[in-house]
Amino acid sequence: MPVDGQVDVRDALGKLAVRLAGAGARLTEAQRLTGGASAETWAFSIEAPSGRQELILRRRTAPTDPETSRSTSLAAEAALIRAVAARGAPAPPFVHLCDERDGLGEAHVTRRVAGETLGRRINTDPKFDAVRPLLARQCGEVLAKIHATPPPPEANLKFADAAVELDRYEEVYRVSGAERPVLELAFRHLRERLPAPRAPVLLHGDFRNGNLMISPESGLAAVLDWELSHLGDPAEDMGWLCTNSWRFSRPDRPVGGFGDYADLLAGYEAAGGEPISLERVRFWQTLGSLKWGVMCLTMYMSWASGGSASVERPMIGRRVSETEIDLINMLEAGL
Amino acid sequence: MITHPKPEELTEAVGRWIEEIRPALDPRNQFLARVAANALAAVTRELRMGEEAKAAAVQRLEPILGHGGTYEGLNWELCEKLRAGEVGVETPGLIAALRANVLDQLAIDQPNYRHERS
Repeated sequence: MPVDGQVDVRDALGKLAVRLAGAGARLTEAQRLTGGASAETWAFSIEAPSGRQELILRRRTAPTDPETSRSTSLAAEAALIRAVAARGAPAPPFVHLCDERDGLGEAHVTRRVAGETLGRRINTDPKFDAVRPLLARQCGEVLAKIHATPPPPEANLKFADAAVELDRYEEVYRVSGAERPVLELAFRHLRERLPAPRAPVLLHGDFRNGNLMISPESGLAAVLDWELSHLGDPAEDMGWLCTNSWRFSRPDRPVGGFGDYADLLAGYEAAGGEPISLERVRFWQTLGSLKWGVMCLTMYMSWASGGSASVERPMIGRRVSETEIDLINMLEAGL
Repeated sequence: MITHPKPEELTEAVGRWIEEIRPALDPRNQFLARVAANALAAVTRELRMGEEAKAAAVQRLEPILGHGGTYEGLNWELCEKLRAGEVGVETPGLIAALRANVLDQLAIDQPNYRHERS
């Protein structure tokens, strides 16, 4: 029985079932899907006289510091999901923001959307052959809708453009004490080529293959994981989607390992997005590799400093070299 | 160092044993056991290829910095010069040397990573 701290999640979900679906409702299935250092995701099902419900619980297992954390609160995430859904962007339908009565700590519940999130399957399983050619354009269309959404004030989103991101990640890199020539070169190179300022928009902040629920029938069905949402350059979301780390064995297809730049940009403009140059997307794609490289170092550091006992975290430190070859490829291509 | 067994033979043997018992584990531990086996495989590759890669890296860095030295010393100096902007993408031979060094490191860390230029 997975128990963390004082919370027995299955027990609490049983009580939540009655609150959500009325008397006679019972929990029929509860499975932890992912468990990170600070948050976890559960899939659960409720059987009730009113019918069956398939749901997702997201809950925080360690408090975040609102001053320093990049993650939004789950209450902010709830506001974001409602706001983008109102503009026609596919997010998981929002069901419930948990409170003290639920005994689950900081948590929220959304409906489960059918489909696949594993990047490798989306990119290589023949089941997705029919929708794969549509995905890059769909991503462009959905990003245009997200970026056009007025930021919900209660989400209290932070602003970060390329200069802010470079400062943030360079500081983390310096603190790590690592000496990686390719990362040094990339920091310097990107600083000298900052894109011209643009009006900041609402960003998803982690828009990549892996956070997209893909249906084999209709393609992009829902955009998941809104916790890194912030205000910034619309090309950031596009560049992150194109970062090679998320192409899952298909580096030849620059958009998520499933599509081409032209379809992404055309979908964005067709859905009313202000045109974005490929050059700007590739700047952010390169910054994406640099950020992921530093994040891999950070995960190693969290293990090395004794903060997190895990076999996974130190090994992620050996993924920095993946981002280094991607950076060299981008720098050599002249961005 | 003794050779019967060599350290890379020990890491290889432990890695194989983890792969053997992995299917019987619960899904979470199956995943972690795979990560553990991958970690041992990286250590095994580093024990086999690391010294040679380091020597090759030194050879590639010497002409860029204009003198010899240890890998650690040359790597540190290159980082300082890159940070100060004294060396950059336009420096002759820099990108080629960094590419070769990173490819050697990648062959140890993540040999299956796909990174063809696009």
